[in-house]
Amino acid sequence: MSAITIGGFPLDLLALQLVTGIALGAIYVLVGIGLSLIFGLMNVVNFAHGAFFMVGAYVGVFLYGYTGSFWLSLVAAPLAMGLLGLAVERVLVRPLYGRGIDDPLLLTFGLSYVMVESVRIAFGLTGLPFGAPPELRGAVDIGIGYFPLYRLFLIGFALAVVGVLWLFIERTPFGLVIRAGARDPQIVQVLGIEITKVWLAVFALGCALAGLAGILAAPLQGVTPEMGVPVLAEAFVVTVVGGMGSLAGAVLAGLIVGIVVAMTSLVAPDMTKMAIFALMALVLLVRPRGLLGRAGALG
Amino acid sequence: MGTGFDRRRLLQGSAAASALALAAPALLRSAIAQGGSTGGPIRIGFPVPLTGAFGAEANDQVRAAQLAVKTFNEAGGFQGRTAELLVRDDKLNPGEAATRTLELIEKDKVNFLVGGLSAAVTLSINNVARERGVIYNSISQSDAINEAKDFGRTTFHEALNPHMTAGAVGRYVFPKSGKRVAFLSADYAYGHEMMRGFKRAGEASGIEVVADIRHPIGASDYSAFLPRIAALKPDVLCLCNFGRDQVVSIQQATEFGLKRTTKLVAPVLLFTARKAGGDAFDGVIGGTSYYWRLEDSVPSAKAFNDRFRAAYNGAVPSDYGALGYAGIRSVLEGVKAAGSVETDKVVAAMEALKADFYKGPQSFRKCDHQSVQSVLIVEAKSKDMKTPDDVFTILGTEGPDERFLRGCDELGHKA
Repeated sequence: MSAITIGGFPLDLLALQLVTGIALGAIYVLVGIGLSLIFGLMNVVNFAHGAFFMVGAYVGVFLYGYTGSFWLSLVAAPLAMGLLGLAVERVLVRPLYGRGIDDPLLLTFGLSYVMVESVRIAFGLTGLPFGAPPELRGAVDIGIGYFPLYRLFLIGFALAVVGVLWLFIERTPFGLVIRAGARDPQIVQVLGIEITKVWLAVFALGCALAGLAGILAAPLQGVTPEMGVPVLAEAFVVTVVGGMGSLAGAVLAGLIVGIVVAMTSLVAPDMTKMAIFALMALVLLVRPRGLLGRAGALG
Repeated sequence: MGTGFDRRRLLQGSAAASALALAAPALLRSAIAQGGSTGGPIRIGFPVPLTGAFGAEANDQVRAAQLAVKTFNEAGGFQGRTAELLVRDDKLNPGEAATRTLELIEKDKVNFLVGGLSAAVTLSINNVARERGVIYNSISQSDAINEAKDFGRTTFHEALNPHMTAGAVGRYVFPKSGKRVAFLSADYAYGHEMMRGFKRAGEASGIEVVADIRHPIGASDYSAFLPRIAALKPDVLCLCNFGRDQVVSIQQATEFGLKRTTKLVAPVLLFTARKAGGDAFDGVIGGTSYYWRLEDSVPSAKAFNDRFRAAYNGAVPSDYGALGYAGIRSVLEGVKAAGSVETDKVVAAMEALKADFYKGPQSFRKCDHQSVQSVLIVEAKSKDMKTPDDVFTILGTEGPDERFLRGCDELGHKA
């Protein structure tokens, strides 16, 4: 315990709390990016995002039971959700393009119910136990106190995913098309690029990211049919705070939300849930389009 | 506290208004009941949260309740009348529960009500049943339901209450594990009642509360609370929460390495929660009303488990499932003892009931109709399991004793 205190709390504890917040933020970032990406490109508010998160976790845990490899699950869960995303976009979402923001919203909302009920029927109501893989269990001394190894891994992994994604969107030709498509789909179409294929791919990518976040969150909280519900609310806050459609915004906002939750719980534990929404209200008052959002994102 | 009072007044107000609106059919109903009480099955309404966070427990309650009805019918019923269970989904919502209960009474003309899970819902069902003078045997833990302001002559409480459960666990744990105690509690009635039970039990062993942290119900991550608790190195951490909240908070407390220095204690340690939480629960101590391994020492538990296994492909009943069974049995045994389905006679018979349905002796205390019964202290294990259902070691049993209940005076009942 260090002698220095801020507001009655030892510095060690504050630092540890900050790391906890960043680890918490890592999950928010991964969920938020997918949601933001889908919205940014095609103006679809994906209400089934939490359900994809949950089904991804189930797929991962199910495969882990079969193969015994967490790393394989980490590949399979996003892959499966990507494929499911492809099917959903092609069959359900596509007919609704051009019909405003409400129809896809209602559709995905309904879809989330179908997904949750299907999982309830297939796997039961109780949920499945799931712990971190043996090589990532336990806590390590990080100089300011003990911190769970798995959460450190989570921070690193999320960082890597964000890095790859950034390279993909900023440095590849396909990324260029995505960015152009978000600005002006018609011009992209005129240039001879089939924008519908881009939408399909991005929708699948967003769903894959949700699935990845799901399997990553599974060792923290176990796997239940309802695990996507609070996540969806948090993901929306992240997207709104960061700015609808902004990738960098989602990353920044995810981390801020995580840190705000961790710090609030130190001072007023019973206010943590409210703090997230207070933050959102505050940001919207000062910057109505979010921290890094572009103008007119909502039409 | 102020909001609780307002909610109660609102509840009573709306119940009174609907009572007025429905007085005519109710009168009609009693006329029919008196005329035709010999015919037709005995109908028992069973509102439980089939959907929602406690769905797993509720489904087990239904299965065990159906077993109780089946047992009763196979034994010949009562004067040639069989019993019938009317299951309704209360969706873990007090408003929904009140509506379903009202329908069960007015439309389905049930003779009795059993059910409920979660304190607010059980109080809502009780409010409606009490206004209508229908016997309601609650199978959900609640302290308030025993207090004079919520209690009615037709109110029975089959479940343990938080005061009994947390008290028994506290009396077992504090002398053994140490005096520096931290609390992480869900911020609603159940969490507060459990915490009060622990604190009162801890007075005897002189516990020192080093942290009292309240978390919002249904929080998805508890990691933010844990560094602070870990820094305090308490001897005991009491997790006064339930269901998923408990599973996730225990999983994350384990992850943060709290078990190195601290004994994790949950007031109510459920079979379903341990199954969902896996080996993160290892070594966690808690209280429960029933665990199937009781069959090693209690013959009635063996008989109950065997019937349950036979009916449901070898599955064993959970704790709340067993309460569903006992809730129905209490009412139906009351009917047999009374020789009637009339409310007044059944109330008197249930008050006098001395039963051993599945866990040893139990009876209802006269002043508040609380079931006086044993509390089991169990420790979760993840090694040396004989079957996947072999998840607890029974550390001890606190026998049925009125001393462990809050006194009738304290609850506001006049002698």
